Amino acid sequence: MTVLDATPALAGHWTPVCAYTDLLPERGAAVLVGDRQVAVFRAFDGALYALGNLDPFSGAQVMSRGIVGTRNGEPTVASPMHKQVFSLISGVCVDNPRVAVPTYPIRVTDGTVEVSVA
Amino acid sequence: MRLVVVGHGPAAHRLIETLAGRGFSGTVTVFGEEPRPAYDRVALTSYLSGKSVEDLTYPVPDGVTVRTGVRVTAIDRARRVVTTDAGDSEPYDVLVLATGSAPFVPPVPGRDLPGCFVYRTIDDLDAIREASRGARAGVVVGGGLLGLEAADALRGLGLDTHVIEMSGRLMPRQVDEGGGSVLRGHIEALGLTIHTDAGVRSIEAGQDGRVASLVKPDGETIGAQVVVFSAGIRPRDELARDCGLEVGERGGVVVDEGMRTSDERVYAIGECALAGGVVYGLVGPCNTQAEVAAERIMDGDASFTGADMSTKLKLLGVEVAQFGAMSGALDVTYMDPVGGVYKRLFISDDAKTLLGGVCVGDAAPYDALRPFVGRPLPGAPSDLLFAGAGGASAELPDDAQVCSCNNVTKGRICAAIADKGLTDVGGIKDCTRAGTTCGSCVPMLKQLLVKSGVDVGKALCEHFSHSRAELFDIVNVRGITTFSQLIAEHGTGRGCDICKPVVASILASLGRGHILDGEQAALQDTNDQFLANIQKNGTYSVVPRIPGGEITPDKLIVIGEVARDFGLYTKITGAQRIDLLGARVEQLPAIWRRLVDAGFESGHAYGKALRTVKSCVGSTWCRYGVQDSVGMAIALELRYRGLRSPHKLKSAVSGCARECAEARSKDFGIIATEQGWNLYVGGNGGFKPRHADLLASDLSTDDLVRTIDRFLMFYIRTADRLQRTAAWLENLDGGLDYLREVIMEDSLGICAELDAQMERHVSTYADEWRTTIEDPDKLRRFVSFVNAPGVPDPSISFETERDQIKPVLIPLEVTR
Ligand SMILES: Cc1cc2nc3c(=O)[nH]c(=O)nc-3n(C[C@H](O)[C@H](O)[C@H](O)COP(=O)(O)OP(=O)(O)OC[C@H]3O[C@@H](n4cnc5c(N)ncnc54)[C@H](O)[C@@H]3O)c2cc1C
Ligand code: HEM
Ligand code: SF4
Ligand code: FES
Repeated sequence: MTVLDATPALAGHWTPVCAYTDLLPERGAAVLVGDRQVAVFRAFDGALYALGNLDPFSGAQVMSRGIVGTRNGEPTVASPMHKQVFSLISGVCVDNPRVAVPTYPIRVTDGTVEVSVA
Repeated sequence: MRLVVVGHGPAAHRLIETLAGRGFSGTVTVFGEEPRPAYDRVALTSYLSGKSVEDLTYPVPDGVTVRTGVRVTAIDRARRVVTTDAGDSEPYDVLVLATGSAPFVPPVPGRDLPGCFVYRTIDDLDAIREASRGARAGVVVGGGLLGLEAADALRGLGLDTHVIEMSGRLMPRQVDEGGGSVLRGHIEALGLTIHTDAGVRSIEAGQDGRVASLVKPDGETIGAQVVVFSAGIRPRDELARDCGLEVGERGGVVVDEGMRTSDERVYAIGECALAGGVVYGLVGPCNTQAEVAAERIMDGDASFTGADMSTKLKLLGVEVAQFGAMSGALDVTYMDPVGGVYKRLFISDDAKTLLGGVCVGDAAPYDALRPFVGRPLPGAPSDLLFAGAGGASAELPDDAQVCSCNNVTKGRICAAIADKGLTDVGGIKDCTRAGTTCGSCVPMLKQLLVKSGVDVGKALCEHFSHSRAELFDIVNVRGITTFSQLIAEHGTGRGCDICKPVVASILASLGRGHILDGEQAALQDTNDQFLANIQKNGTYSVVPRIPGGEITPDKLIVIGEVARDFGLYTKITGAQRIDLLGARVEQLPAIWRRLVDAGFESGHAYGKALRTVKSCVGSTWCRYGVQDSVGMAIALELRYRGLRSPHKLKSAVSGCARECAEARSKDFGIIATEQGWNLYVGGNGGFKPRHADLLASDLSTDDLVRTIDRFLMFYIRTADRLQRTAAWLENLDGGLDYLREVIMEDSLGICAELDAQMERHVSTYADEWRTTIEDPDKLRRFVSFVNAPGVPDPSISFETERDQIKPVLIPLEVTR
C-alpha cells in the first residue's frame, strides 16, 4: 500500500501506532506516543486525521470516543462529553472558534498508520 | 486609539464584536467584575436546567484583552486613566461605560441574612442552588418579569414557592388587569402562592442564623429558607457619579443620541445609560445602543432614538406578550377564563391604526401583529385577535421589524435568504443576527423561509431534511438496515453527532441487529459504543439490571465483590439499583464477564432506552397493598428491557393508591386498584416535573400490557429526537383523547402493526453485554490505547473520600 494522506511540512519523526485495518471507518481510537495521547480518526473516504485526545472543555482524554461526521462538508468529531464539535482538519472548535485542539501529521506506510508529534 | 470598556456584559460584548466586525484598529481592553467573560444573561435561567457556563459564554473577538474578575474603582477624566481594584491603572483615549444595572433590594430588616439573594449572575444562581438543597420553601420579592423567572427557577429547584408583588397584579409593566388575573390563574394552578398588594415588613432568622421566615406588613408570616429579591433594577452609575459625569435624577448616565456622556471621550451603553430619559431594561435596546456607540467610535453617525419595548416570553409554561402601547381609544378583548387565554388589542379612535396589544396564554397575535404597530390594521379587529392561529395571516410590509432584539426588518431577512441562498434559521442568524438573542422571533424566521420557498421546520440536521418520525417511517417501510443506505438515498453528506445516534436508535427500535454490529458501531454515542455511561474524568459506570428493584442476597454479594475487586465506587441510585463507578474502558469486559456469569444483564443506564420499572413493596408484604406491584414491575421490566426509544423511558408500579413508588412521575406509571390497574402516561421529574395523565382505569393485566405496548411503540414511531413522553404528549394534536383513540380504539388502523413490532422486540431481545463479551471482534475496541492495549489511561487517577474512590480532575489551562 502507498501513502494515503500525508502532511509532510511539519512532520518530524514518525511513530508507527497501529495497522490501518485496526481503525473502523468513521470512528476514532486513542494512541499513546511517549506520554502524549493522540486521537486518530479514519473518515468514511479512508482519509486519516490526528488530534490531541484531550477535550479542552472537560479536561478528560476522550476526543477519540466522539462521533465522526461532517459540518458543511468539513469532517468533524463531536466531544463525547458535552458535544462541542471540532474540525478534524484544523482542530478548531466549530461551536466556539476561540478553542482548538492540536492537530498532528498522520500517514499510512505499507498498511501501518504513523503519526508525528515532534 | 486605546479603547477601554468598563463592564463585560451583553452590551459590552455587542460593542466589541461590532468593532471587530468593522475592522477597528485600536487596542481594546475590557474590565469585567464577574469572574468570567460576558455571557448570555437573557438565558441565565437555562443554567439551572443544564446549560453549562460554556454554553452561555460569548466568544471574545481576537485581539481584545479581557480582564475578568477586575473591577474598575475610579475614573480620572483629566488624566484619562481608570484605576482598578487589582491596584493597577489603564490609560484610555476613549472610554465606554457598560456597567449594566444591579437588582434593587428594598431596605427591609433582615435583607442581609444568609439565605437572601438576588437573581442576576451565574454566581447568584450557584448560591441559590446551593441554598435550596435541604430548603423547603422560597419567596420571591417582586412579581415582574424577572421575579416570575426567579420563581420558576425556585420551583424547578423543588421549593414550595411564593411571590410577593406590591401592585395589584403580576407583571404590571407588561399586562393589564384582565391579563394579570388570567396569568395569576395559570401560575396558581402550578402550585405557586401569589400575594399581590403586599410587601415585606421583615425577614426573620432561625436559630442557625439563616433566613427562616418572611413577615408581610399585615403580619402574615411565610416560612421560607430562601428569599430572592427581584424588585426592579438600578443603573450602576456610581463610577460616573464619582467622576462628575451627568447622571439622571433617578439614576442612569445621561447620554445623547450618539450614546456620548457629558464628556465627549466617554460613552455609556446598556442598562447603565439614560437615553432620552429612559433606562432600557431589555437586551434589544442595549444591543442597538452598543452598535450605535461602535459606529460613533469609528467616526460614523448612527443614532439611538428610542426602542421597541415589546416583549414576548414563556414563563412557567405560560405565554405572555405585550407590544406597542398599553392603552388606546378603542380596544377589542377576548377572554376565556377556563382555557386561560386573554387577548386585547388597542386601536386608534378612527379604528384604523393598531396601537398595541396584550396577550396571556396564547401569544400568536404577537408574532403576527407586532410589525403592524402604528400602521393600518391588516384586517377586521376581531379576526386579528386570532391572527397567527390559522386565522388572518397578514402580509408584512418590508420595513416591519421582525427581530426586536437585534433590530432586523423583514426586508433585510428576505434579502439575505434570496441573495445568500439561505436554507435554515442558522443561516439567517449568521447573516443578520436575527433570532440570536431571546429567540422569540424564530417562528417568524421559519415562516419567512417558508414564504421564500424554502422547505423547513422539521429538518433533523444539515444532513436530513426529515423529522425523526419521518425517518422512522422511511426505515420501517423501506426496510432500510444501514445508515449508509439511508443517507445515500434520503440525505446528504456523511452525518453528524445528531443524526447518527437518531438513526442508530431507530434501527435498534426496529430490531435491526446488535448495536455494535458492523457499521452501526460507528453511529453510537460513546455511551452506547462502550455500553456504559461516561463520567466526568473519562471513566464509565456499570449498572446491572435489577428488575423491579428485587435482588437476592447472593446477587448483592456478587455486586459487592465485583466493586471491591475492581476498586469501583458504589452508590444506590434513585431507580432501585446499584451504580458502580470509575471503571476504565479496558476493565469493562472483565467486570461484565463476572456480572454476566452471576446472571446479571445490562441495565441500559447508558442508553436512550427503558431504564427501570420501580416498584413499591406491594400486596405480598404491605398491609395496604391490593395487587402484587413487585411482580408486575418485574414482568414489565423484563418485557421492555433493551427497548430503544427517542429518549430514556422510566416506569414504576405502586401496589395501592398510596403510590409509594411515585409512578405518576414516570413515562408510564401503574397504580393498583381493587379491580385491576390504572395506567398513567407522560410523567417525568426533573427541572419541569409533570405528573402523568390517567390513560385508562381498572385494566386487566392483559389489557394493561397491550395498552403499554402500543403506547410505547406509537411514541417511538412519532416522537422527535430527545423528546420525552411528557413533551410528546403535550405536543400531540388532540392530546390524551387522540392517544386513546389511536391505541385503544385503533382509529388509525395501526394497532396490529404496533403489536407486531413490540412482539418482535420481546422475542428477539438478547442481552447486549452477553453478546459483546462473547464476540472477540467487539471486545477488541475496549482498550484505552490501540497501540498499547494493556496500558491504562495515565490521566485517570483517584483520591479517597468517605472510604471510596473519587476522581482527581486535571485543572484546565486551556480555554480562556
Ligand atoms: C434573569 C434575567 C432574565 C432576563 N431576561 C430577559 C429577556 O428575556 N429579554 C430581555 O430583553 N432582557 C432580559 N434580561 C435583561 C438583560 O439581561 C439585560 O438587559 C442585559 O444584560 C443588559 O446588558 P448590560 O451589558 O447593559 O448589563 P449587564 O448584563 O448588567 O452587564 C454589566 C457587567 O458589568 C459589570 N460591572 C459593573 N460595574 C463594573 C465595574 N466598575 N468594573 C468592572 N465591571 C463592572 C457587571 O458585573 C456586569 O457583569 C434579563 C435579565 C435577567 C437578570
Ligand atoms: C435531562 C436531565 C438528566 C440527565 C442529563 C440525566 C443523566 C443521567 C445519567 C447520565 C445517569 C446515569 C448515571 C450513571 O449511572 O452513569 C442518570 C441516572 C439516573 N437519573 Fe438522571 N438525568 C436527568 C434527569 C433525571 C431526572 C429528571 C430524574 C428523576 C426525576 C433522574 C433520575 C435518575 C435516576 C433514578 C438514575 C439512576 C438510573 C439507574 O439506576 O439506571 N434523572 N441520569
Ligand atoms: S403503594 Fe400501597 S402497597 Fe405499595 S408500599 Fe405503598 S402502601 Fe404499600
Ligand atoms: S426578537 Fe429576540 S432574538 Fe429576535
